[in-house]
Amino acid sequence: MGNNEPLLSLKNVSKEFYGNVVLQDVSFDLHEGEILGLVGENGAGKTTLMRILFGMPVIAETGGFKGSICLDGQEVHFSTPFEALDAGIGMVHQEFSLIPGFTTAENIVLNRESMHPSLLNDVFGDRMSILDRPAIKKRAVGAIEKLGVKLDPGMLVSEMPVGHKQFTEIAREISRDKSRILVLDEPTAVLTESEAEVLLESLRRLAKEGVAIIFISHRLQEVVEVADRVVVLRDGLAVKDVPAKGLTIKDSASWMVGRSMAGDAAGAREVRKFDEEILSVEHLWVDMPGETVRDVSASVRKGEIFGIGGLAGQGKLGIPNGIMGLYPAGGKVKLHGRDIALNAPAKALKSGMSFVSEDRRGVGLLLDESLDWNIAFTAMQIHGQYLRPILGGIFTQRDEKGMESLCKEYIELLDIKCTSSRQKAKELSGGNQQKICLAKAFAMRPDLLFVSEPTRGIDVGAKKLVLDTLRKYNREYGTTIVMISSELEELRSICDRIAIIDEGKIAGILPPTADVADFGILMAGIGASEAAAAMAGQEANNA
Amino acid sequence: MSAKKFTKFLSEYAVVIIFVVATVACIGPSRLSVTYIVQEIITRLGRNSFLVISLLLPIFAGMGLNFGMTLGAMAGQIGLIFAVDWGVAGWQGLVFALLVGLPISVLLGWVCGSVMNRAKGREMVTGYILAFFINGIYQFFVLYMLGSVIPMRNPSILLSRGYGIRNTLNLESVRQSLDNIVMARIGPFAVPVVTFAVIALLCIFVVWFKRTKLGQDMRAVGQDMGVADAAGIPVERTRIIAIIISTMFACAGQIIFLQNMGNLATYNAHDQTGFFAVAAILVGGASVTHASIANVFIGVVLLHAMFIVSPLAGQNLFGSAMIGEYFRQFIGYGVIALSLVLYAWKSRKAASDARSLIRTGGSPAANGKGGKE
Repeated sequence: MGNNEPLLSLKNVSKEFYGNVVLQDVSFDLHEGEILGLVGENGAGKTTLMRILFGMPVIAETGGFKGSICLDGQEVHFSTPFEALDAGIGMVHQEFSLIPGFTTAENIVLNRESMHPSLLNDVFGDRMSILDRPAIKKRAVGAIEKLGVKLDPGMLVSEMPVGHKQFTEIAREISRDKSRILVLDEPTAVLTESEAEVLLESLRRLAKEGVAIIFISHRLQEVVEVADRVVVLRDGLAVKDVPAKGLTIKDSASWMVGRSMAGDAAGAREVRKFDEEILSVEHLWVDMPGETVRDVSASVRKGEIFGIGGLAGQGKLGIPNGIMGLYPAGGKVKLHGRDIALNAPAKALKSGMSFVSEDRRGVGLLLDESLDWNIAFTAMQIHGQYLRPILGGIFTQRDEKGMESLCKEYIELLDIKCTSSRQKAKELSGGNQQKICLAKAFAMRPDLLFVSEPTRGIDVGAKKLVLDTLRKYNREYGTTIVMISSELEELRSICDRIAIIDEGKIAGILPPTADVADFGILMAGIGASEAAAAMAGQEANNA
Repeated sequence: MSAKKFTKFLSEYAVVIIFVVATVACIGPSRLSVTYIVQEIITRLGRNSFLVISLLLPIFAGMGLNFGMTLGAMAGQIGLIFAVDWGVAGWQGLVFALLVGLPISVLLGWVCGSVMNRAKGREMVTGYILAFFINGIYQFFVLYMLGSVIPMRNPSILLSRGYGIRNTLNLESVRQSLDNIVMARIGPFAVPVVTFAVIALLCIFVVWFKRTKLGQDMRAVGQDMGVADAAGIPVERTRIIAIIISTMFACAGQIIFLQNMGNLATYNAHDQTGFFAVAAILVGGASVTHASIANVFIGVVLLHAMFIVSPLAGQNLFGSAMIGEYFRQFIGYGVIALSLVLYAWKSRKAASDARSLIRTGGSPAANGKGGKE
């Protein structure tokens, strides 16, 4: 630090995707040897910002960006990530980018191997050169030492513990000749606490040697601990750019999630009481790629709307998908006190649960079929409704009339905009498709309804209608609803209780009236007990 | 613990073990002398090894078993047809055939590799069907073009109608010309030294190739295309090169195979080239993703030992040589099916093992306690 000339500076960077603004006038500087913490909810624009910095082709394909990026005071334009790498910017992605059957050393020098030329070089080019194994090992060991961790250069990646993989990735980035800026995207997400400790320590070491680091993490604790400066992104705006010293987790958490809460619905709502347990989940794990659930136990009361929130990739979507049998799962799930067989969607549906999937077009709808088909389909398959026996029940035939009247009923009830009940599902807009999905679930007359990301990808007016429909359905039929959503405000507006999922576990359960900052703290990857302590402290302050 | 290791050993080498047991069981009923069996195996090692080695590179590159090697075999056959037509005899005839066949196999390999790049993850079935397609072109070329559009000098190899090649081509002029350059006698056995030297050279090439930058890239591409691509390795190009080299080797391999056989069934000699080579490497303990030079030789020895003894064992036990012939087919396809099933089973098991790890990440959470009502 101390250098007044910034190494990297972003000036008024803006980006929109098809009229949708995801970044607006974001500016910040990064100095040599500085660690910058970058925090924000999903959708805040972190990923897009990094894509711009790296010249990912997707940015140019969607119309480029506004503003400028300067390196050493010179404006730069990267058109591929390789140009960014050549300029000395290294990135460690959330997913490992390692070859499993290669050793640590081979991975560190991947595609930058030291080589001896061979006889065939003149004819077939450089790729016929022989690898210089001793030199490769020497370079790898050099990078590992610079990082200050213990890694065996000869170990296969497939046999490594997860922490070593992360270190291997970082070693690869810093082994480049000119590596000056290192971007780490959620580097500690997969690490144990002690491994994360070691990682933070080696980041500090690197910073002392002059490497500038952008540290992206949702674990605010770590950010505050390791960073020199913290930039908070929210809805595409850099809302804060402050020194980390003296920063509290609570402040950063509320900056991260806090929105102006005009017309707060949460404040003006009744507090309902529920007694009977309808669903109990014990030690549930779900292997859903990108949304792994590790160990979730919870209890849902009959008649309530139970919200599940949390950042993307933490496992909230895995919970309904696992319980409904769409992804391999284990643990104990009981509905009305009876065990539900996992990994068997038909049994889950028969037991009285229904699921409106977040994957509307993939799982939710038969896109090429008509609306009445779509709405009646699951009820027909599971309960044998809308089928007419013929020849004394040897065959059954679809009850077209029954289906049509069912469809008409829901078109009216949910105000679905369509030409007729025979229209194809793919021709509807996103919001109306979502209503069809809801109608399909309602037609099952479920005791318990899972609704996953019900308002994703639909416009504001339709959002309100979908939420109102859910609330109305809950009140009128007493259906218990478990709603999973990335949008905290949405959860707070209709749920009776909200669980926040972090790293595949429940970080805590809060009433919708709780302070936004408390939700932020739970999302920020602090252990549940610490979160409770932080909240207690904050309450004491308030008093 | 040792029981677990034993199970792992069994699942790893299931195919090899089944083969050793079946072959040994057949030796007795076949009433063949061990000397005869060993001599036959030596001959067939020389005849087939080169073809089987041509499968190695695509496996390194993660493209599975290259059924598309049949394309190379066809190129080799065209080379031999021209060698006979031009009357180039002896080992020079083989070199001539190679010079004609290699450019064709480079072209076919490039076509095959490009098609496979558009069918990533389904390379094996793509190669298999592509071989049928190119077979059609080969038939057209040999049956109609040769002798009509392309003039042939030697009318005796043409069909009596004046164009198209005869069903069976006598390769007398080049017959065993590679094997017979130096035929050493070791005890009771005749060993074609030069053929084995050529195979040894090829093995050295494969070992050397694995140490080159291109070989390293090929392994990287084979294990994870996405990662290789992100590291700047030209993935598609590397995959095409693997298939081109494989096709070229198959061309040379088919020439070696046919010079040993001494005649060429013009229209179906290549039909089962890919099938037998794939069966051999799988019998040798290779899988869709892993193979080594040792797998090649173990496989050729075991598969052909089985082929030598099973017809006679069938005849002596059941009174019909057809039973043994039937066995040959049954075993060949059975081995391929078994290997593919075992491979799928192992991948699924690995996935579920990985799944059990996700639950042990960290201590059980004190869930729900953080919230206050």
